[in-house]
Amino acid sequence: MRALLRLAGAPRGRLALAVALGTASIVCAAGLMATAGYLITRAAEQPPILSLTVAIVAVRFFGLARPLARYGERLASHDLALRVLARVRARVLARIEPLAPGELSAYRHGDLLARAVTDVDALQDLHLRGLVPALVAVAASAVTVGASAAVEPAAGAVLAAGLLAAATLPPAVAIGTGRTSARRQAGARGTLTAEIVASLEAAPELAAAGAGSGAEARLAAADRRLVACARRDALGGGLAEALATALTGATVAGVLGAALAAPVDRVEVALLGLLALAAFEAVTPLTAVARTLPSTLGAGARVLALTAARPAVADPPAPAPAPAWPFAVALEDVGARYGDGPDVLGGAALRIEPGERVALVGASGTGKTTAVRLLLRFLDPVAGRVTLAGRDVRELRAADVRAAFAVAAQDAHVFTATIRENVALARPEASDAEIDIALDRAQLGGWVRSLPEGRNTLVGEAGRELSGGQRQRLGLARALLSQAPVLVLDEPTAHLDPPAARAFVHDAMTAAEGRSVLLITHRPEGLELADRVLRLERGRVAALPASAAPAA
Amino acid sequence: MRPLDPRLLRRTRAVRPLLAADVALGLCTVVPIVAQAALLARIVATAFAGDPVATRDLVLLALAFAARGALGWAMEVTGRRAAGSVMSELRLGVLARRLRAHPLALDGTGSGELAAVAVQGVDALESHFARSLPQLVLAALVPPAIIAWVAALDLESAIVMALTLPFVPVFMWLIGRASAQRAAERGDALRRLSAQFLDVVRGLPTLRAFGRGSEQAARVADAGDAYRRATLSTLRLAFLSGAVLELAATLGVALVAVTAGVRLADGSLGLQTGLTVLVLAPELYLPLRRLGAEYHASADGLAVAERLLELLDAPPEVPARGRAPAPDPAQVPVRLERVSFAYPARAAPVLADLDLELAPGETVALVGASGAGKSTVAALLAGLLAPTSGRVLAGGVDLATCDPAAWRARVAWVPQHPVLLRASVADNLALGAPRASRAQLRAAARLAGADGVIARLPDGYDTIVGDGGRALSPGERRRIALARALARDTPLLILDEPAADLDPEAVAHVAATIARLGGERTLLVIAHRPELAAGADRVLRLERGAIVPEPLRAAA
Repeated sequence: MRALLRLAGAPRGRLALAVALGTASIVCAAGLMATAGYLITRAAEQPPILSLTVAIVAVRFFGLARPLARYGERLASHDLALRVLARVRARVLARIEPLAPGELSAYRHGDLLARAVTDVDALQDLHLRGLVPALVAVAASAVTVGASAAVEPAAGAVLAAGLLAAATLPPAVAIGTGRTSARRQAGARGTLTAEIVASLEAAPELAAAGAGSGAEARLAAADRRLVACARRDALGGGLAEALATALTGATVAGVLGAALAAPVDRVEVALLGLLALAAFEAVTPLTAVARTLPSTLGAGARVLALTAARPAVADPPAPAPAPAWPFAVALEDVGARYGDGPDVLGGAALRIEPGERVALVGASGTGKTTAVRLLLRFLDPVAGRVTLAGRDVRELRAADVRAAFAVAAQDAHVFTATIRENVALARPEASDAEIDIALDRAQLGGWVRSLPEGRNTLVGEAGRELSGGQRQRLGLARALLSQAPVLVLDEPTAHLDPPAARAFVHDAMTAAEGRSVLLITHRPEGLELADRVLRLERGRVAALPASAAPAA
Repeated sequence: MRPLDPRLLRRTRAVRPLLAADVALGLCTVVPIVAQAALLARIVATAFAGDPVATRDLVLLALAFAARGALGWAMEVTGRRAAGSVMSELRLGVLARRLRAHPLALDGTGSGELAAVAVQGVDALESHFARSLPQLVLAALVPPAIIAWVAALDLESAIVMALTLPFVPVFMWLIGRASAQRAAERGDALRRLSAQFLDVVRGLPTLRAFGRGSEQAARVADAGDAYRRATLSTLRLAFLSGAVLELAATLGVALVAVTAGVRLADGSLGLQTGLTVLVLAPELYLPLRRLGAEYHASADGLAVAERLLELLDAPPEVPARGRAPAPDPAQVPVRLERVSFAYPARAAPVLADLDLELAPGETVALVGASGAGKSTVAALLAGLLAPTSGRVLAGGVDLATCDPAAWRARVAWVPQHPVLLRASVADNLALGAPRASRAQLRAAARLAGADGVIARLPDGYDTIVGDGGRALSPGERRRIALARALARDTPLLILDEPAADLDPEAVAHVAATIARLGGERTLLVIAHRPELAAGADRVLRLERGAIVPEPLRAAA
């Protein structure tokens, strides 16, 4: 909880403001009913009308102040929630940034990352539907109990007990029934969801094979189990609210009983009863809090787990200066693995001289991507060393190491942004002319110019869809724009058909000019353009005669 | 706010009884509300007069609250149960329709998204049925009942109440309109912000590779702050209408209290009556205020139901117009005649005026770049799609006039990305041939080159595969899918990329199988690879939605 508050903490002053306004709103509502009750009973004694003036003014004051306080509270608490959201996102991002890509790779599949991001967003409820209502309940109850006790201590005691019961029992019931039904329904929901997804994915084949009715029967059976489960659990819903209402009634009756038993002025009985009735507004929201808090805390725990991983690499305390081009980059007998997993590389050696074009081939899963991660220092080797200009990269700043490489990767992310922004992230200060040159050299210029909005066309998830080839070429343009001397092409042709793949490698090699190139691929296209072809097998690198084009 | 989609009333059985129950329970709720006020007033008035208060009255007061709580509970339980039944009806309806009339899901609704709406969506509908709808009923029933009761006690107070009350629904309406639009705008902005954050997180490896990772936190924080400022300026206005509504309620109470107080002071009103009216005053506005608070839950719940109703009413991908018996492709040629096809989400047609004929027993290879429309041709022939224009003919009979199920029974189709059901291998193989014997299934598996794959599985033909079962490589899955199609023994066989993901040995096996089947059955093979096209009688190249001639040498 403390770690969570550190992550999702809110500015104290803002929190205090929201709580103060929330408390004022409830106190005003209670004050309105209490003074109105007093006014009416006092009036029944038929005093001179002037003696009622104070009560009348108080009734009007509370009647006006209540909506104002409520309005302020709603604004303050939404402001608070949005502040928290912005902070949480920034903090989470700052914490996970050093983890990419290695430690985040567990989140690559099944949209776990999207789920984690939803969890981050859920943390705004920690204040809006957690801390603020809870603190308001305590503060407002203290005021109403205090006022009640000032009139008659016994009535105050009954009210305090009633509020305490209403603040604890219904939320406990809500959590209990919620947990039971969630546990019981989770299985039935999971089964039904899995059945639905499976039969929808197979829908074309089911239809083609005339097997749809069997699938429908299976779906109906899974649905029946869930509906039966939900019908049982429906009894738990609303039980907490019913209990809260019953507790309110018992407390109001109790307060009246205590007031009648004590030597209370007869005009104060109505005040005490109506004050007690209105005081329960403070604790009613706690049931809703109890319903949302478990999922908020669950989201918080998952976010903390996401941010808890330690970065795989760290900068040395006294980094060596960045080497000046030209230089060679090399893997020297490196071994590498992820966490406690098996060795991905063992004794792999690879050297790229300045301006040299080296192709590294090998079946998928042989560690080609790991080699790139080692070069870029996203990962440190467990044996051997990775060198830049003959110097171990662990002696350099990671940023300087990465500045030596321009990567066009198979999985390069296309951001929901314009083509220009997507390319310019390699060098934000680049001019439009430089970006056009990069697009041209990646053979994308013609296509971009044909678009109505040119390089300002939105691409990515929310924008125009790119074909596999356009995607790769966008990544290439990005890498070409960067002035890094070593160009790394990581499986650039994986999704392309043979002619497109050959054209891509040709264009990339031409555009690379004086740079060193490392082409990583499992396909034969374009290998003839490399100065040397190396094969990665069982964690080691073997040279391949230039003539022997490997099979796909 | 719309209380209910009228289509829900028509289409689902559980909604009418729910409405009836809510109205009945709502009417019952008026009783404890009035009893509470009357009892409280009587207790205070008795004490005021100096008479002993009966303990019975205190107990009755507590019981009135308890009864009110119990009625609210009953409404919630009824609503939840109805939500479960309605969702069940809607989801089974939508799924049946998907399987029968929308197998290819051309509207782009992913299976995961649909499953989420159909299963988790029940939560939103529950809060609509269990919370908003009862509040709506109470808001319609309770205020008139209270005013009627008060009028019987004290006409003047009833008039005061009746005068303040109309403000509330008017503001409710204003709030509903304004906040619906603003909530939609805010929701959009929030989703964009969330999507942007996800985009940055997804792209972190790329950003880091280019040394742009560390500046992202500040950018996200700035975007969040800008959004907060923009949101708060709209909220200031949006919450204002809520504040005015609240003001009408509190001032209404204050007005009732002050006028009653003045009349009590001059003796024209009794204490018990005055107190009853005072306690009832906040109850008058309560259901309306609660209704405002439930607005969002209501909108979410209805949105879920509407989404499902839309899917339920979507036009079918394969209109089942005819009942004519389907001709047998073993006897008659199958032909696409000037067929065009456009996917609903895309403007440009995939196929334009395409002509293609498969003679009985002929093996035709269809080649072409990805995106040329090859898979669309396969789906049209398999009877899973209907052409946008043109006709698909079997021996001169338009397939649109045939029973789709009867035609599909004559065609076996292996899609580009075959899916195995979560079931045993044997059940998967028997999917389209439920009466096939184990021996027939084995023969089909041998023919498809899947027998070796199956023999290596821990339980052979009884191994559970598919999602959650034994994991298979794409190549293994493809071979089992091919066996599944061969087990059906249909005269027309459509294979979409049957050699993708296969090693050279398996490709050779598939090529041999195609060669063996050639002549026996009509075969359409969609292929990237030359090996498969080699054995075909004809090779057709599809380019930009039309067939272009392919010199036969390309196959060799």
